[in-house]
Amino acid sequence: MCTPLFSTLTVIRAAILIQKWYRFTMARLEMRRRYSLSIFQSIEYADEQDQLQLSNFFTFMLDHCTHPDSVSQIFTSPSAPQVVDEDLSLKEFEKKIDVPDSYYGPRLSFPLTVEDANALLHAFRNEQLLHARYVLQLLSETRRVLKEMPNITHLSTSYSKEITVCGDLHGNLDDLLLIFYKNGLPSEQNRYVFNGDFVDRGKNSMEILIILFAFLLIYPNDLHLNRGNHEDYIMNLRYGFTKEVSKKYKDHWKQILCLLRDVFSWLPLATIIDSKVLILHGGISDTTDLDFLNALERNKLKSLMRPPKSVRDRQDQTKKRVPTTKPSKHIANQHVAGKTQHNSSSGFTEPSGSNLPPDPALKEWKQILDILWSDPRSQNGCTPNKRRGGGCYFGPDVTAKLFERYNLKMLIRSHEFKPEGYEISHDGKVITIFSASNYYEEGSNRGAYIKLNPELIPRFVQYQVSKFTRRKNLRERVGTIESSALKSLREKIYAHKSELTSAFAQYDINGTGRISVNDWAAAMESVLQLELPWRMLRSQLAQMNPDGEVDFMSCFYDLKMGQPIKETQPALAETLCRYRKDLEIIFNIIDKDHSGLISLEEFSQTWRLFTSHLGIDVQDDSIDKLVLSIDYNKDGHIDFNEFLEAFHVVHRLEKKATS
Amino acid sequence: GGLVAEIEKKITEAFEVFDRESNKTVDVREIGCIVRSLGCFPNEAEVQELLAQIEVEEPGGFVHLENFLPVMTKVLLDRRFRPIPEDVILHAFEALDENKCGYISKEDLVKHLTEEGEPFTQEEMEDMLAVALDPETNTLHYRDYRIKLVVDETKTFPFNV
Repeated sequence: MCTPLFSTLTVIRAAILIQKWYRFTMARLEMRRRYSLSIFQSIEYADEQDQLQLSNFFTFMLDHCTHPDSVSQIFTSPSAPQVVDEDLSLKEFEKKIDVPDSYYGPRLSFPLTVEDANALLHAFRNEQLLHARYVLQLLSETRRVLKEMPNITHLSTSYSKEITVCGDLHGNLDDLLLIFYKNGLPSEQNRYVFNGDFVDRGKNSMEILIILFAFLLIYPNDLHLNRGNHEDYIMNLRYGFTKEVSKKYKDHWKQILCLLRDVFSWLPLATIIDSKVLILHGGISDTTDLDFLNALERNKLKSLMRPPKSVRDRQDQTKKRVPTTKPSKHIANQHVAGKTQHNSSSGFTEPSGSNLPPDPALKEWKQILDILWSDPRSQNGCTPNKRRGGGCYFGPDVTAKLFERYNLKMLIRSHEFKPEGYEISHDGKVITIFSASNYYEEGSNRGAYIKLNPELIPRFVQYQVSKFTRRKNLRERVGTIESSALKSLREKIYAHKSELTSAFAQYDINGTGRISVNDWAAAMESVLQLELPWRMLRSQLAQMNPDGEVDFMSCFYDLKMGQPIKETQPALAETLCRYRKDLEIIFNIIDKDHSGLISLEEFSQTWRLFTSHLGIDVQDDSIDKLVLSIDYNKDGHIDFNEFLEAFHVVHRLEKKATS
Repeated sequence: GGLVAEIEKKITEAFEVFDRESNKTVDVREIGCIVRSLGCFPNEAEVQELLAQIEVEEPGGFVHLENFLPVMTKVLLDRRFRPIPEDVILHAFEALDENKCGYISKEDLVKHLTEEGEPFTQEEMEDMLAVALDPETNTLHYRDYRIKLVVDETKTFPFNV
């Protein structure tokens, strides 16, 4: 057989073509990956802004004593019965809480030793729970130790090799275990700084806290914790930690949360290494004053979501007591009774310039808000952080000025998701470290930690927890991330069905059911308030006819509610769908005896308050009809979990796959 | 008029996906990716040529949307860098297949793609091998590989009407 001759030119040409084509497909894969992450992030930030409305609602409920018994008990009274008392010793817990013989988990004895820590690690790897008594004892001891610490911890690298700095963990126990596996357990020779956001979102926030606090008690000079913006009981209500605790500790969750509220407020605000490296959770502002921060009473601020009480009281004096009209997304721009609220660089609501002298509590609040919530930007200046509704965006000039003022060399912060686990900005001066791998979805990102040597040169170690024994290839990983992101996006679309439908209809002058891609994209963006590449996503979200027009109702074809609800206005159903998570939180709070039931009256009242506060227009009698229709037993009570489950968005195709 | 506006919107969307800080700039190294995700099919030299027409801000190597937009709009209007038909890619693989047996050995593949044309980086080569190579025979069956990628490309979410 003759082998055909081929010229080297052909081979080179062929190689170029294949390389070109491969890079083409890789680029499009990268684009899909990027917009998937973009979807996750946009929805997350939009959620965070919505959450501010919720915390506003809580504020409203509390300050106006609407539900004095149930709600304020959670928030204000230091009791739920017993506990949380200053002098309550370990022995008190021992007396009051019995640990049955049937409990095979770790039994802690104080003062804790490395054996206790190992027992905890072992237990959590095996998905055991630590008994509530030990949790309470641990938290009580932790509070005692934290109280002795200053607001800003000063460390020196003189006597240890390297200091390891970790960022957000957000309840991902696997990441913490992986870090300890790769980097060793904390000890006098192996020092750690954990930079906040230990809890929320992931499902093992409690276990992470227990491990970190245990090591803190064993090595108080070698394991350091900074407070993050999620170490805040109001954030925890929304982002899953409260729920996690209430499910894991059915009898003692209220006590645990109460004590935790205190513990969080006692967490130090920042750490400085060798007087040169500043480590804190969020960032800085142009007014950040480290001396002031070091001197204030940090434990007074249990939550940063509401201004301090003295400030709120003053606000009440300067405004009429009216329910707000539909608040804008940016809390900093609320109008109340005709007066524009002062929009400080920190965001959140502050009273407009009044004749009253400046409230020191306000300055304290703002200073802490800034360091826990701010994000770096590449543009100079310091502007309100609109994305989050609190803290600022700070530019390289702000960083430079702070460094000059305090003779600093580096700022290590966390707070922002980074696909590679870390990012360097401001010309090497600012490092973001994020330690929760697979944060949005399996394969979405790596986590990382920093090793800081005595010369203060950082070294980054990246990792990614993998649930599957066979590593997925890039294409498979992107596929997973993309479908997960699109699923979240479709749920959001469905939750706004009525609004979207009328927005589409406005463009569809002739009532054909079709509009241009341009109009479709404009409608999607304006209703959902998400800045996403709609044209690029269009093929995944809606059908297009051969003329190049979008059949806009096809957005909703694949989606429906969990259960058909009779006698419901569509708008009402959607509202319930959209605020399902928030309502779940509120109902759980009202449900004092944790029975899963609330009275029709409570439900109605709460609902009316909620919708009026959010400015949602719902017909009064429609909720009554709805409520009656779900009172299956006609006994005047609603099983609210069942109720809310009905407003869960279901993907038809997904159901098919599992049936 | 209308067409240009449409094109500009598409370009802006693609650009903004890579615009990390929402300040209308992207890292210059992402430009190749953006151009390709808009449906263009340039080789590396052509991407560099394109970049030469756009002002790149130093230090840091950033490209502003306002500099990118006119250049990219012209590219799309002129229909430059159009994708080549499927069968041409097939012929390219066949050209590397000396014996015309339907597959290429790993060694030959690596040699051609990392030494000739616009060479792959080690990472690119490894990525391609991870998906394309049949681990048992250490060969690339290029017809199957091509089809696999084409299907992926054109997949849209199936609708139930």
